[in-house]
Amino acid sequence: MSTTSSSQTSTQAVADKKPDSVLTRFFYAQRGDSPFKRLLIHLTLILASIIAVYPVLRVMTISLRPGDRLLSTSLAIIPEDASFDNYIKVLTDTDFLLWVWNSFIITAATSVIGVILASTSAYAFSRSRFPGRIAGLIFLLSTQMIPAAMLMVPLFILAVQANLIGTYRGLVLAYSVTSIPFSIWILKGYYDTIPYDLEQAAMLDGATQMGAFYRIILPLTTPALAIVFLFNFMAAWNDYLLARIFLSNATEIWTWPLGLQLLQGQFTTAWGQFAAASMLVMIPVVILFLYSSKYLISGLTAGGVKG
Amino acid sequence: MQSFDMGVITRSLGEVGSTVFLILVGTAILELILYGVFGKLLKSRYTLPVMLLGPAIVGLAVLIVYPLLWEFNLSFTNMSLRNFGDKAQYTWVVCRENPEIVNSWVTDCLLKNYADVFRLPVLKQAFFFPVFFRTVLWTAINMFFHLSVGLGLALLLNRPLRGKGIYRTLIILPWAIPQVIAALAWRGEFNYEFGFVNLMLGQLGIPPIQWLTAPGWNFVAMCIVNIWLGIPFMMVILLGGLQSIPGEYYEAAEIDGANGFQQFKNITLPLLQPVMTPAIILGTIWTFNNFNVPFFINQNELETSDILVTALFRAAFQYNRYGFAAAFAFVIFIILLAYSIFYIRITGALKEVNA
Repeated sequence: MSTTSSSQTSTQAVADKKPDSVLTRFFYAQRGDSPFKRLLIHLTLILASIIAVYPVLRVMTISLRPGDRLLSTSLAIIPEDASFDNYIKVLTDTDFLLWVWNSFIITAATSVIGVILASTSAYAFSRSRFPGRIAGLIFLLSTQMIPAAMLMVPLFILAVQANLIGTYRGLVLAYSVTSIPFSIWILKGYYDTIPYDLEQAAMLDGATQMGAFYRIILPLTTPALAIVFLFNFMAAWNDYLLARIFLSNATEIWTWPLGLQLLQGQFTTAWGQFAAASMLVMIPVVILFLYSSKYLISGLTAGGVKG
Repeated sequence: MQSFDMGVITRSLGEVGSTVFLILVGTAILELILYGVFGKLLKSRYTLPVMLLGPAIVGLAVLIVYPLLWEFNLSFTNMSLRNFGDKAQYTWVVCRENPEIVNSWVTDCLLKNYADVFRLPVLKQAFFFPVFFRTVLWTAINMFFHLSVGLGLALLLNRPLRGKGIYRTLIILPWAIPQVIAALAWRGEFNYEFGFVNLMLGQLGIPPIQWLTAPGWNFVAMCIVNIWLGIPFMMVILLGGLQSIPGEYYEAAEIDGANGFQQFKNITLPLLQPVMTPAIILGTIWTFNNFNVPFFINQNELETSDILVTALFRAAFQYNRYGFAAAFAFVIFIILLAYSIFYIRITGALKEVNA
């Protein structure tokens, strides 16, 4: 705690233990760095923020340009004659809605299946000591080392032979399973932090172990379940590689990454539509991500550090 | 343009719904069998864990383990678009039928595909080792910037500062953007005439650069995009690590007269190690295996911009050399595995994974 502040405030700051409480922040800000140094730090951070944000702002800029001025060398962030032409065009003249719909139903189905499978398996890993448990955990960890590109060759050929190319079914099956290892790892870490006494108490009162799991453990795990759901959702929602391999010619079930690549490919004609479509896909994802990023990080480290 | 109406919606919902339904029915049957065998027949005390794990084990076995074993088998065959499915033969069978091509039984028959990875071009012209060294260079450059800039920003954001939350949110943004969108948007911005990169260089009086067609510059462009994408992850992880270091250590060090650099070297870095090591391993594997950025920024299919995974994609799906690609994939996997084991040994990371 601050050495310059009076003993009274410093005990208070220690007492409430929140590093971001107004009091501590105030006293922290008084300490240490000279004003010049603080200015330098702010300038560096502002520069970093601009570099991080500018390319995204450019996508917005281009999406707002009217059709006849797409290819402009202007660097203005909001074009003078901003219009929503591109948004209207992308919604009416392209398959954008279809792509998003396809992505959405595939992703929703796979995330639900993935979370259900992972939550029960992780519970077994956390609570019972069955033979082969450690080998199983090591196996789960090592699957993270397999490049996605490595699985695509056999998955593609097997899918061709099973007639799953160009169907929703193939993608749903593939996505449901690929994120299970990571989900189990995270959820196991979280279950480990919940004392076993809780279930034992419930079982003394006559509940079965599954009953205790369902009524007591699952509700306590909601934050971790939400993170895992979000992870599965994002992995499937943003996937290009598997979708490209499984759906290459079946344009009627294309997901949005395939569609956006098509739009961006026609650089001169559809750049504005690509930008508008990107904004429409991006905004909900970004909001969801920024909103949950705090939980995301604690959930990740809880699982990773605890092992 | 495809039609998007109620017909499409019901058809797609029907197909996805029936898939989910099939998975549920399959799970239920599996659980019944497991219950019957383990619970009733064997009266095993592991019935519950077996039933809990069953569906995931079956899923992983069918969709990860089996394909990998199958791919291993594939890597010894000559499967290609011409020799697809049943027409594919083991390379030693091909040898037996054409004895004149055999110089050495091991490299021409048994391990033909594996030997080909190293002695034939993996693409049209590019050989394995140049692509491999480019991948190492790509990984090293990216990791260097991810770590140094990420750590720098994390250190700044860990100081007492007003407006920290806003900076953090803004700097995290690239992580939140779907990678496909980021890569495609950057590709547009590397356009010679209309992209902001060249426009900005122009304002600084620097002549425009052929980002998408000049081999060297295309590689630089790839690196720029991936550095931009990867810094937030490192920064967030390292910031979490920094915040878990108790402030008392620094106060004690200050009393003992340690300067800022000594504190960084002797307190920050060692205490950051447990967070940093897994992040470095993961980050390296992700960068090494990054598909989207090199694939999309390399619009003109320059072989000089391919890294191992994009070369693997092209070998498999552009040149349709499936048997060869399978061997190629295992070579890449072995490199990664060797790296991870080596790194984990050296740093003693994951010691705490007591499982």
